[in-house]
Formats: sequence, C-alpha cells, structure tokens
Amino acid sequence: MTIPAQSSGATLTKDAAPGETLLKVTGLQKHFPIKKGLLQRQVGAVRAVDGIDFEVRSGETLGVVGESGCGKSTMGRLITRLLEPTAGKVEFEGKDITHLGVGGMRPLRRDVQMIFQDPYSSLNPRHTIGTIVSAPFKLQGVEPEGGVKKEVQRLLSVVGLNPEHYNRYPHEFSGGQRQRIGIARALALNPKLVVADEPVSALDVSIQAQVVNLLDDLQTELGLTYVIIAHDLSVVRHVSDRIAVMYLGKIMELADRDLLYKTPMHPYTKALMSAVPIPDPARRGAKSERILLKGDVPSPIAPPSGCRFHTRCWKATQICTTTEPPLKELRPGQQVACHHPENFEDQAPQDVVLLTAAKEAAELVSEDALAESAATSAAVAAEVEAIAEANDEMTAPSTVAAPDEATAASTDDVTATSTDEPGEEAAAPATSSTDAPATSKTDTPEAPVAPEVTDEEPPAKEK
Amino acid sequence: MTELSKSGAAVGEPTGTSPAPKAFLEVRDLKVHFPTDDGLVKSVDGLTFQLEKGKTLGIVGESGSGKSVTSLGIMGLHTAGQYGKRKAQISGEIWLDGTELLSADPDHVRKLRGRNMAMIFQDPLSALHPYYTIGQQIVEAYRIHHDVDKKTAKRRAVEMLDRVGIPQPDKRVDSYPHEFSGGMRQRAMIAMSLVNNPELLIADEPTTALDVTVQAQILDLIRDLQKEFGSAVIIITHDLGVVAELADDLLVMYGGRCVERGPAEKVFYEPRHPYTWGLLGSMPRLDRDQQERLIPVKGSPPSLINLPSGCAFNPRCPYADVPKDDVTRTVRPELTEVGGRHWAACHMSQEQRERIWTEEIAPKL
Repeated sequence: MTIPAQSSGATLTKDAAPGETLLKVTGLQKHFPIKKGLLQRQVGAVRAVDGIDFEVRSGETLGVVGESGCGKSTMGRLITRLLEPTAGKVEFEGKDITHLGVGGMRPLRRDVQMIFQDPYSSLNPRHTIGTIVSAPFKLQGVEPEGGVKKEVQRLLSVVGLNPEHYNRYPHEFSGGQRQRIGIARALALNPKLVVADEPVSALDVSIQAQVVNLLDDLQTELGLTYVIIAHDLSVVRHVSDRIAVMYLGKIMELADRDLLYKTPMHPYTKALMSAVPIPDPARRGAKSERILLKGDVPSPIAPPSGCRFHTRCWKATQICTTTEPPLKELRPGQQVACHHPENFEDQAPQDVVLLTAAKEAAELVSEDALAESAATSAAVAAEVEAIAEANDEMTAPSTVAAPDEATAASTDDVTATSTDEPGEEAAAPATSSTDAPATSKTDTPEAPVAPEVTDEEPPAKEK
Repeated sequence: MTELSKSGAAVGEPTGTSPAPKAFLEVRDLKVHFPTDDGLVKSVDGLTFQLEKGKTLGIVGESGSGKSVTSLGIMGLHTAGQYGKRKAQISGEIWLDGTELLSADPDHVRKLRGRNMAMIFQDPLSALHPYYTIGQQIVEAYRIHHDVDKKTAKRRAVEMLDRVGIPQPDKRVDSYPHEFSGGMRQRAMIAMSLVNNPELLIADEPTTALDVTVQAQILDLIRDLQKEFGSAVIIITHDLGVVAELADDLLVMYGGRCVERGPAEKVFYEPRHPYTWGLLGSMPRLDRDQQERLIPVKGSPPSLINLPSGCAFNPRCPYADVPKDDVTRTVRPELTEVGGRHWAACHMSQEQRERIWTEEIAPKL
C-alpha cells in the first residue's frame, strides 16, 4: 500500500508492533433507553452491551460469537465509534477514543474500518463502484500515488475483481462480488483495524469460502488486525486466533481458539458448540453429544441477576443467582466468567445444591455429556491436586504456594478443599465417570452432597 | 385422511403413459419454467426422485438452484396463483400416494394441501398472519379439513402447541405472532403444519433464520415428530450440517437440475460430482482439525436464463477439461448410476472421479 503518511500525524505516529495491544476495551456499556408516554420519560433500557473488557492485539483476529441479540453487533459499532458508549473506555493505540466527537474521530477513521453484513444495503445503488471505493480518499483528503482511479483499480484487483468494472453499478454484481467491493472500500486507506460484522453470513456456501480465504490472504499480505463478528461457530473457528463468546451483553469466555474449541470452560460455550450441526451422517441423531438449552434467551431489558446464564444453565447453584462471576483468567490464554466451569476446577465448590431450573435444564442434557463433564472436571481437580502436592513437598508446609492453574482460587476455603483431601479428590475421576450414571435413580435429588465430592457430580446423580 | 387418499386415486387418474408408482412420493421429470421479459427462467429443469413414508430427503443447493421452486411445485402453489399475467409452466408428474397432482383437479389438490401435505416456511414472521392470534391460525388450518366445532379445534391447537414445546400453551394460544420469539414462531408454524397429521412435510430452510441453539431444538423436534407420525419429510437447505442431521437421502441441485442423488452416507463419504466436492470443501468443520484453507468453488452460480451449454457446472469446474473432445461444454450430462441407488451427472468416467476424490479432494477436507 502506498498511502502517504498523514500530514497532521499528531496522534497516530507509529504502528503497533505485532502482538502489541492495538485496541483496549474496559467496562464498555451501551444501554439504549426505552422511552414511553407523552413526556418520553425513560422507563428502562435495553442493556445491549453491559460491561465488557477485552484487548485486540496487533496482527491477530479476534472472533466474536453469540446468539442474535447478545450485543455483538453493538459491540462492533461501539469500538468503531459508530455508537456512543454509555460507560466504559475504548482505547485505540493507547489513545482514549471513548467520547471523541465526529471531528476528533476523523483522523482515526482511516485506521479503523468496517465491513458490513449485507452487501446489498451497504453499497449506494446510485454510485458506481469507482465512486464507492474512492469515497474514503475524498473524505480523508488523501491523494494516493498515481491518482485515485489507479489506486481504486489496484484495490479492485487486490480483492479479486476486474479493475475494468470501475464504472459499473452495484446491481450488476452478485452478492459475493459486492462483499468484495465492501472489502475493497474498507481497505482503501490502509487501516490497522478492520471490524467485520457478519462478513459472510449473507453469502452462499461456495462464495462464503471465497470471501473467508480472501480475508485470510489480505491479513497475511497487509498485516491487518481483524475483529470478526459472526454467529457461525465453524466460520469463526476458521478465521480467528482468539474468540470471545458473548451472551446477553457480557463476555462469557474469551480464549485462544484451540483452547476454546478443545476444552471450553463456560457451560454456555459448550452448549453453543454442541448445537452446531456436524456435516457427517454417521453422527446423525447423536443426541448424546448435544446439549439442548431450554427456552429462549432472556430479555436484555431485564437480564437475570448474578450470572446471566443461570436461567438456562444445568450447573447453576445459589451463588449463580446472586453473584456475578467475574471474567478471570483460569488458564493462560483462557478467561472465563463462571462459578462452575467445565473442564476446570470448580470456582465455588462450597455451593453444591442445584437450582430447580438447573435440574430441569439438566434433563435436556444427556447423561453421557454430564458424565463426561464430571469426569473432565474431576480429572482437572486431580491434576491441580497433584501439582499442589508437589508444591507442598517442595515448600514448607506453612507456606503453600498456589499452583499456576489455581491462581484464581484465592479464597481460603477453596485452597483448603483442594489441599485437604487429596485421597478423595484423586479417586473422584474413576467414581464420577462410571458410577454416577448407574447410581442415578437411587439418590434422592435434594440430598446434601458430601463436601469432598466435586460439584459436577450432582447433575449426573440427579438424573 | 385415508378416505381422501383412496378417493384421490380415482380422481388423479394418470393422464400420461406411466403407471402409478409404488413409492409414496414420486416426482418424475419435473420442470418449472417461468416466462419473463428477459427469457425463460428454467428454475427446475427435469427433476426425478422418490420418497418413502418415514424417510427424509434432503435437497441441497445454493440460492437460485431451484430448491424452493421444487417444493412449491409439489405443493401445487405455482399454479394456484391465477392472478398474474404469466403463469409458471409446469410439466412432469408428481405422484403422492397414488395420486398424480399436476393433472388432478385443483379443488382436489386443495383438499390434499394442508391435510396430506404440509409445508414449513423459512421465515415464520412473514408466513404467519400478523392480524390473527396463533390459535386462530391453527384452528383455521384444522377446521378446513375437519368438521369440528371451534372449541374442539382450539383444544387441538393447544395440544399441538404443547407437543412442539411451547410453554403454557393454553395461554400462548391467544398470543399474536409478534409476541413470540423467532424460535417460538417456528415452533408455532410447525404446530400449524402438523395439526392435520400430514403424510408429507416439506420444510423449506426451516432453521436458516434461527440461532444455532434454537436450530438444534427445532431439528430435534422435526426428528421426533417424524418418528411419532411416520411422515415423509423433505428438508430443503443450503447447510450440509442440517441435512446430515436429518436426511436419509440427499439430492444436490445445481442450476435447476439434480447433479447428484443418493443415500446421505454415499453422498457425504463418496461424492461423485465436482460440485458436491466443492460444497464439502467450502465449509469449515468443527469436527475436524483446523483446515489450513478452505477449498471454495470458483466463480458464482449461473443465471437460470442463460445456463452454460453442456454441463451447467463446467465454467466453475476445476476438472472440466478431464473428459475428452470438449464434451463438458457441448453435451449435457445425464444422471448415471455410480453405485447402489447413487446417481451423479458428470462426464468424467467413474474411475477418474473415484481417483480424484480419493487422491485429491478427500485428503484436503
């Protein structure tokens, strides 16, 4: 790209090196007011984005997934500052852009670009492709080397379109080609961050793959940083380095791609992934692997108290209704907001009595899935145990150093449970994976569970 | 229902030469063409398939490949509209339980529609009437085909809403469509289409507008209901994951024609058409390790007015030059059997395709 350096250059002097934080979001909120009556008094708010924190590093792709209405598109519009945040902070290259005005944002617009979902409504039907793609140059007053037309034609060929189509109108192109035009427009000013909101969901399968590959190639060639918002988990896995899972305006889990897909920790992530139909007829009707969520997503006008997922979660206990779990880094590269994560040590082991709603939800989860979840959690617990023991032997008994994986376990009672009964804990994996389903019908549902049993067992037992 | 189908056999006397088939649903050489100012749009151009009761057929293809037009053709919804200047030109035969639908009396087909065959549409918000409650709409569908009073019909509506998993059905029956969420609307649509226990259910992109979690619920529901009622189901979608979940047989459409048809396992594991390879290569998969790159189909779907000569897929096919004498560009390939109940329309020899699939395509998927 040969775009002359910005003349003012006051704020955006140096490029962030790969791996450095390009965009930092803290406590970001967007509440849309609901007004009623003659006086248009505010009677409530749609809490579309309700306090999220994340970073985007230079050169990476952050994927954002979630169901419709979870606030992922609003988030995209907040970080590109197409919407004004209600609270929180957005920093781009260390500069606070949260409340910058139109004029203040203008120099940043060339660094942050957006690709929209619908290639039909995001291109002006009265303008030629040339006009559309050259608009960024006009708006920013940039005169590329060799003239605007030449640069636009170069961009068109970069995205795989015929440069001779410069004078055609959007209706002369197919959906996939229009999406390429949108991409060319976003790339015109050599941006650092590209936010793509559902870039392929309006396209046919075979065209989707073309656009995904194009985005991939452009990232390698131009060193772009992407935030890709999509609802399709398989597409997101394909394009992202890290993935944020959103639910009702909150980030539930933010993790490196492989960690997230191999060992999801948040029950919601697990349910979301198990719901994706697998194109393999041999797995037809493999209900055992699927976690069905009951009902619909609650309204973002009055989200559930505590953990927002507790109304549909099969592991929810009392603490989930009262205390909102913070987004904590439980394992390097995997942040989770859950009291009772899967594939990991329980964060609130003292709280073992399931809610009635959770029991209903557990009925939709197959015994296999529950047993597997109990087994993996117990195995992790045992692993933590072993590390703790090893540390015990090395250090003096009075100063137990918290092992890496247990850094999150800060309260005394949590560390106590993980160090006190090594025998029982270590035995847990065997019993929970084999015995739990078998003994399911004999146990009384409300029976208080012995303290040394991991929390993942009750759902399996109560089935 | 049984009386109807019995009497139906008499009404739908075959007009052509072919005798009534044994299959529950048999479509023979179905063509649906639309005359337009720009020329004749051949949306469906010679489609043949059979479907038995209790089985599911998946129809896959990109937008404009003729999937939805096929389903509307079976339902007889193209000829129904007499208002426009131009009518769709439909030819071929559609046999439903011994009745030929295309030559049958429209009044008779109307009796079958909704009762013996029903349809679930893609967008429940536009398929449901915003002015009537969900209950009223289901009651209407029931009372058209059953001579019962409103009370009985409403009880039936509540029962159906309960069956499709709508909470508090006795209250929600009086709700309007806008008061339902997307997933609930789709459930209400399913309740409405199943209220008469149809023997044939056509689901046209039933989950495309829904989130994955809701999609999983709806697919489960369709599967359970099919088991319960033993209906034949046609599921139309562009998502290979969805058909893999449900379909016993698969029909891949391209440019208004079937390019590959066979049991789902065969089409997924031993596809014999380059377009099917392209579809499989285009989709990122969660059940496999990360692919380095997707293998898309180049180009874009053809215009149905001006289909490429020869094989309609030839401009996008990476193997168009494998067969000799430019045959792909001049001769349209016919469906040929490539294995038990498995057909594909390609000029490449069976050995060539087998080799390309096993050596070049399959390892990359």
